[in-house]
Amino acid sequence: QESEASGLPEYVKIVEVGPRDGLQNEKVIVPTDTKIEFINRLSKTGLPAIEVTSFVSSKWVPQMADHNEVLRGIERHPGVQYPVLTPNLQGFHSAIAAGATEVSIFGAASESFSKMNINCSIEESIEKFEEVVKSARNMNIPVRGYVSCALGCPYEGNIIPAKVAEVSKRLYGMGCYEISLGDTIGVGTPGSMKRMLEAVMKEIPLSALAVHCHDTYGQALANILTAIQMGVAVVDSSVSGLGGCPYAKGATGNVATEDVVYMLNGLGINTGVNLYTVMEAGNFICTALNKKTNSKVAQASFNTGTIN
Amino acid sequence: SSQTIVPTPVKISLINMLSETGLSVIEATSFVSPKWVPQMADHTEVMQGINRLPGVSYPVLTPNLRGFQAAVAAGAKEVSIFGAASELFTKKNINCSIEESLERFEEVMGAARAADVPVRGYVSCVLGCPYEGKISAAKVAEVSKKLYSMGCYEISLGDTIGVGTPGSMREMLTAVMKELPVGALAVHCHDTYGQALANILVALQMGVSVVDASVAGLGGCPYARGAAGNVATEDLVYMLHGLGIHTGVDLQKLMDTGTFICNALNRQTNSKVSQASCRL
Repeated sequence: QESEASGLPEYVKIVEVGPRDGLQNEKVIVPTDTKIEFINRLSKTGLPAIEVTSFVSSKWVPQMADHNEVLRGIERHPGVQYPVLTPNLQGFHSAIAAGATEVSIFGAASESFSKMNINCSIEESIEKFEEVVKSARNMNIPVRGYVSCALGCPYEGNIIPAKVAEVSKRLYGMGCYEISLGDTIGVGTPGSMKRMLEAVMKEIPLSALAVHCHDTYGQALANILTAIQMGVAVVDSSVSGLGGCPYAKGATGNVATEDVVYMLNGLGINTGVNLYTVMEAGNFICTALNKKTNSKVAQASFNTGTIN
Repeated sequence: SSQTIVPTPVKISLINMLSETGLSVIEATSFVSPKWVPQMADHTEVMQGINRLPGVSYPVLTPNLRGFQAAVAAGAKEVSIFGAASELFTKKNINCSIEESLERFEEVMGAARAADVPVRGYVSCVLGCPYEGKISAAKVAEVSKKLYSMGCYEISLGDTIGVGTPGSMREMLTAVMKELPVGALAVHCHDTYGQALANILVALQMGVSVVDASVAGLGGCPYARGAAGNVATEDLVYMLHGLGIHTGVDLQKLMDTGTFICNALNRQTNSKVSQASCRL
């Protein structure tokens, strides 16, 4: 197979973050029914993991206020994971009560970002999450860890790879089964991605790594390609490229799942995802949000009237 | 391929601004009949009106011998010709076969050699054709080799409809590099499916060191209405600088140029770097 010959992974797991990371960064509040329909459509695309909501206080993130109804209302397809974000122990307990079978926590590679975002230091945030991870471990609930600002910070600017490695190692050591390295403001390039991954790969096994690239500077696919060339086999993306960048108004955020799948298909890498049904799900949510897709593949495909 | 006809002074300002950014090559216009391409009707005025900076090349497209002669008369020092890796595309585009199109260009090559004018060759549809679909890498290699042997100093391999991926880019370049030295190769990637920078990255990894791009990502795709076309120079330069690759280009000046032409065209930029930067 082409992918084997080139040293690329045979299979890449795509973690769909549209319903959570995507919608969280969209201005329009989406009705619960629409969210549920959206997620149900995504469940039929072959995506192996769909991050469905966040058990955060509705005071902070109104878009996620209906987390209970969403988690309880969606269809759960066999073989598909439905992780939810749990910012603290209280959120974790609510998530479990609502039927969550996997949760995510997050740290940052930047002290300033941590302070501005959740008003505490990196160390303090990790200590808070230790409670969540401990409870999760007791209940056999897998925990995914996110590291924000892995390639740059809106406040600190440059972030050193060693810091990313250090925070990742802490989260992994605590018991997170997977660490998703996030280029939160999309400033990374193949150059900085390579340097960061080299540092992190010294501390964490490759199979436990994922990349979460933002396309704010158009670099996402090139960065993802770099990561895959280095053996990373888990990629986060958001259907239609849902979710803008809160740090650069009007700029794009998440990379579009359609564009990622198109690239991986072209590389002969298996994802299990049906590009056409993903585009249909994207079309559904964009219609509901009354906005244009951020996916170039979708733009090209729907305009020619044919799917390439 | 912009819808509105851009006034000549605006074109000249655009090219002059681009000349100040550090870019070493700026394709200025096309000496094609205004009947076919009204946007390029002012080719002579543009060519004669721009400031020519030392160290910067200003190639122009010359679809035939007449265009070549007009170009040289207007002061052109470098020209470009084009072939395609698809018979159907050639037929639909210029109403002849690939072989016939290359024979026509032989005239241009002869005249260019006599006048000591370097010629760049473009190959369209290298990663896919809007009519034929899949294009064989061997066909791309064959057409490229013909253009190179005819005397083109550089061959720009164009993913005309942007359907290529790092996979097909690698396969195509592997075939072409069997016939041509990598130093004579360039890639011209379209971003219609968002793959351009990833495709360019693969080309760079394989040793290609000439990349075509368009400021602000100007130029849509005539085969997918509303879809993107050319890759944005700003986004390309951002990536190259992040890789530590020297381009000589001042990104800020480039972004300012993009802002200028987008204002003049009353449209939004297609460059993500530009979109992100102006809001921070």
